[in-house]
Amino acid sequence: MSGVMKRMGMIFRAKANKALDRAEDPRETLDYSYQKQLELLQKVRRGVADVATSRKRLELQMSQLQGQSTKLEEQGKKALALGREDLAREALSRRAALQQQVTDLETQHQTLQGEEEKLTLASQRLQAKVDAFRTKKETIKATYTAAQAQTRIGEAFSGISEEMGDVGMAIQRAEDKTAQLQARSGAIDELLASGALDDPSGMAKDDITAELDRLSGGTDVELELQRMKAELAGGTDSGGQQAIEGGSGTGQAQEQQQSQDTPKFEK
Amino acid sequence: MIVRIMGEGQVKLDDSHFAELNKLDDELLSEMEKGDEEGFRRTLTALLNAVRTMGTTLPDDALEPSELILPAPEASLEEVREMLTDDGLIPN
Repeated sequence: MSGVMKRMGMIFRAKANKALDRAEDPRETLDYSYQKQLELLQKVRRGVADVATSRKRLELQMSQLQGQSTKLEEQGKKALALGREDLAREALSRRAALQQQVTDLETQHQTLQGEEEKLTLASQRLQAKVDAFRTKKETIKATYTAAQAQTRIGEAFSGISEEMGDVGMAIQRAEDKTAQLQARSGAIDELLASGALDDPSGMAKDDITAELDRLSGGTDVELELQRMKAELAGGTDSGGQQAIEGGSGTGQAQEQQQSQDTPKFEK
Repeated sequence: MIVRIMGEGQVKLDDSHFAELNKLDDELLSEMEKGDEEGFRRTLTALLNAVRTMGTTLPDDALEPSELILPAPEASLEEVREMLTDDGLIPN
């Protein structure tokens, strides 16, 4: 058939296709947008995991330092009981340095914990948003598919000029929705950018290293010494006992030290 | 095959009728190209009548794509010619 009927049909279809082609498929845009959001969510989750790992590492370090500190204190007591004040002084000054480290680590730990909580919250919020987006996306895709089908058979509804109006409106709707979605994904980008998403683990680690390097010597060694002396002088009976305990405690302390070292290999 | 008559609606036609309709359609095209207003009017009316009588009208809520499209009965030769040029059917 090459007459008017065929030609009119062909021209109509060509026009309709051209009009449809001009609009990019918003379903693809939607899927791409969703994919992008999932990637962002993944990044946030990784951030949370990184911070948690750093926090655990700090806790481990702190407990190790605490163990060493206890050991040094006992050694100091023992040295004093044996009349070696010089040794006790040395032990206590080392202990003071360790205490300083522990204090610094505690500050770091608190900061990290706060960061972790913030990130966890951000991650949860983002998850909710991404979930909502997925639902919306499927709805819009279905709507668009329907609109497209409707456009294709649109000329079945009414006269041709009205149909072309339908095509235009369907495209307009699709474009509007796409723009809306792009704006939304932009907003999520912003949220992520502002949501404390710098890699805190790397920073924290550097800070800790810096703090460790910046050990300060004990200032309250003398004070500690006085306290211990007073303790020893407090009762000669208990002083002997303490000495005995201190002697048997050496093995215990070593044991303790070992058990505290073990987690080091567990990462 | 589904045929739309613009301004009227859709008609479902059995493929066996097409040989006959084709003759009228070709005639209509040549009259249009020659600018034979009178012949065009007569042939268009005959073609539309043939489609209406041979086919069954589709209900208004049917959603079928038309494979062929015919001008409205009152369409002038000039209008149809415009529709068949590139920008005529759907103005940009």
